[in-house]
This record gives sequence, structure tokens and C-alpha cells, in this order.
Amino acid sequence: MRVTLTIALSGLLATSPAYAATLDINVEVPKLNVAEYHRPYVAVWVEGADQQVAANLSVWYQQTSNSEGHGTKWLPDLRQWWRKSGRTLQVPVDGVTGPTRPAGKHALSFSNRTPELRQLAPGNYTLVVEAVREVGGRELLKIPFSWPAGAASSGRAQGSSELGLVTLAVKP
Amino acid sequence: MKRMLVLAAALAAALPFAASAHKAWLLPSQTTIAGNDPWITVDAAVSNDLFYFNHVPIRLESLQITAPDGTAVQAQNGATGKFRSVFDVQLSQQGTYRIASVNDGLFATYEQNGERKRWRGTVERLGELPRDATNLQVSQSIGRVETFVTHGAPNDTALAPTGRGIELIALSHPNDQFAGEPSRFRVLVDGKPAAGLEFEIVRGATRYRNAQEEIKVSSDAKGEFSVTWPQAGMYWLETGSEDDRSSVKQASKRRLSYVATLEVLPQ
Repeated sequence: MRVTLTIALSGLLATSPAYAATLDINVEVPKLNVAEYHRPYVAVWVEGADQQVAANLSVWYQQTSNSEGHGTKWLPDLRQWWRKSGRTLQVPVDGVTGPTRPAGKHALSFSNRTPELRQLAPGNYTLVVEAVREVGGRELLKIPFSWPAGAASSGRAQGSSELGLVTLAVKP
Repeated sequence: MKRMLVLAAALAAALPFAASAHKAWLLPSQTTIAGNDPWITVDAAVSNDLFYFNHVPIRLESLQITAPDGTAVQAQNGATGKFRSVFDVQLSQQGTYRIASVNDGLFATYEQNGERKRWRGTVERLGELPRDATNLQVSQSIGRVETFVTHGAPNDTALAPTGRGIELIALSHPNDQFAGEPSRFRVLVDGKPAAGLEFEIVRGATRYRNAQEEIKVSSDAKGEFSVTWPQAGMYWLETGSEDDRSSVKQASKRRLSYVATLEVLPQ
């Protein structure tokens, strides 16, 4: 009886990797002193060497409609993301898209078990964060990294207008 | 002599589809769009400067709008004013819309009582030309002025060539231009690649700089050419040609012209 149970359990475990590589990202939405403030639309994705989207990690946009239209109307303002992925994506995407976030630091955690990263082949990638704000500007930041990481590594990029500090920590 | 020139100039100004001096164009409010029920609005005008309205409107009767599934779409809320026509397009389908003004007709010059005159019309109306006209020269004129708008993911059903006159195929997609990147095009005449067609490409906002900064390029042996966009903006692209392949027996020559408005986005 016990032997059968052990076999059944190891069968389950065999479907996910024995190690848990993690990708921890922190995106800072800067506090801005403007007369008319709107939370930015932000897209976080992983790009391969071919500069195409290998995985969409997080997209923050207005989930509701207002008198100006539905929130999806302004997704093309995330120019690079729209061109490389957004325009062929059916939003919302479970676990990826969500509402806009306020000023502050926002932690995002992913692992090789997360659906978005599970399919990621080993290689060199770039984390890209694009932010655009209504009646504001647009900024794009990139941090290169390797996946999965042989050893723990980290990276950072500092925005100057629509993004604050973006950090990346990869753990094997 | 001066009076004839003034008359000719007045006639040229009255022709909404003037051959060379003026620039005809359609200017969409945007070319990349998303949302639940997106609409765009388009200006249609003939002018000297890009993209400023200072001459005559393009007439709405010439509009041909093709939806992403290849069907025809009607413009809405059309109006024609002194310098421009304006109309809305509801982009109900996802994909690429082709919005064009197409003029396909005959153009004639002749002399009557020592005066040089012009006429525009169709084959059916050739009878309008006076019997005592001398030095009659009739040519066929096919002109296409167009732009492209994509709702969501681009497709190319609406971009299929009609096979008549000059048409441009964007070898990636007409709504995929970005500053600093090269775009490749193939030009067709009657559906076949045409070599040696000269293109003039001008970025908008001409009022705020000291030179046209036009880009000149010709199609190669395969009918192709490449443009690397120096800056983001709306670009006007024009080419034209003449041949004797008129489809109408009364016309000995054929004049073809093509204009496209392409949006180049920043990186």
C-alpha cells in the first residue's frame, strides 16, 4: 500500500522540475506631482534575443469603462508591447493582466512553475518594462538576464520620468 | 496669353484631382487602434502643404473603404467644406481597413475658338465634348489616394491588389512603420511589379521647418524599394506614371497616380 502511494506521488512530482528557479521583479511607479494624475498603464514582459516577446508577465490597465471608452482603448499607447504582443493578445489574461496600480513599489514574483515562464527555453533574455500615463509621458526600461540562472544574479534599471526603480533578482 | 494662363490656372484649381502641383491626401485620426467600439475620423483634402488644408476638398463620392474581411464599408457623418472633406469610419472588425479615394475616368484637352480648354468625365459623357474641338487629346486617368488603419492585430485581406492602376504593397504591413527602421515596399501597376517608378516621400508638419526634407526613391527591377524612416510622424508618399495602356479606345494615353499616407510611430 505504501509503495503504491510513493509511486503515485513521485509520478505527480515528475511533471514539475525538481528545482524552483525564481524571478523576482520590483517595479516602482513614481509619485508625481501633477495637476491631473492618472495611474500609468504598465506592461512587463520577457524578450528573447530576437527582440520578440517570449513571455508576458504583467500588464496593468483600466479594467472598466468610463465615458471615454473601455480601458482597452489605450493599450496601444504601450507602443512596443502592443506591437510585439498586445495586438494579438486576447485580454484579459488570467494571472497576467490586472488593474492599474498606484504610486509605490510593486513586487512581482515568478518561478519556472508559473505558466508564463514554464515554456521559457534556457537562454539570454531581457526583462522589459514599459509605462505610459494619460496626459503624461512614456518610458521603457530593459534589464538583461539569463534563464535559468546558474547562480543568483540581479539587475536594475532606473527610470527618469514614468518609472522609478525596476529591479530583477534571479535565483537558481 | 496672360488671360489664357489665368483661365488655365483657375481650371486647375477647380479640379479636385489636380495632376501635379498639389498634394492629395487622406489623413486618419490614428492608424493603430483598440477598444470595444473604435471609430476613427479621416480628413480628405488637396493642398500644397502637409498636412494643412488650404486648397480644395476631396469629394466623398470617390471613397472606397474595405474592411478586414474584404467587404465594402460606408463612411459615416461625411461633410465637405471649403478646404476639406471629413468622414468617420466605424471599425467594427478586427484587422486592417483600407481607406481610399479612387478616381477612374477620362481627361481631355482641346482647343476651341483659339482657347485651350480642359474636360474631365467618363466614357459615357464623351459626347459633352464640342464638335468643333481641335487638337483633342484624351487620356485615361486612374488615381488612388489611400491610407490604412488597423484595429487590433493586422491582417492583409483588404490589402489585396485590385489589379487596376498603381498600388503599393507594404512588405511587412502598412501599419508597421517605426522611426529608425527600414520598411520595404513593392509597387504594382495593374497588378504587376513595376520597375523605375519614382517616389516622393514627405513627412508632415512642413510648416515648422525650413526644407521639405523629402525622401526620393525609385522601385528596382523587382518593383521594390526600401525607406528608413528618419523620424516619427505622418508621411505622404506619391508616385505616378504614364503609359499607353488605356482600357478605353478613345483615350490614347493613360496617366496613373498613387498617394498613400503612412504613420510612422516612435520607438
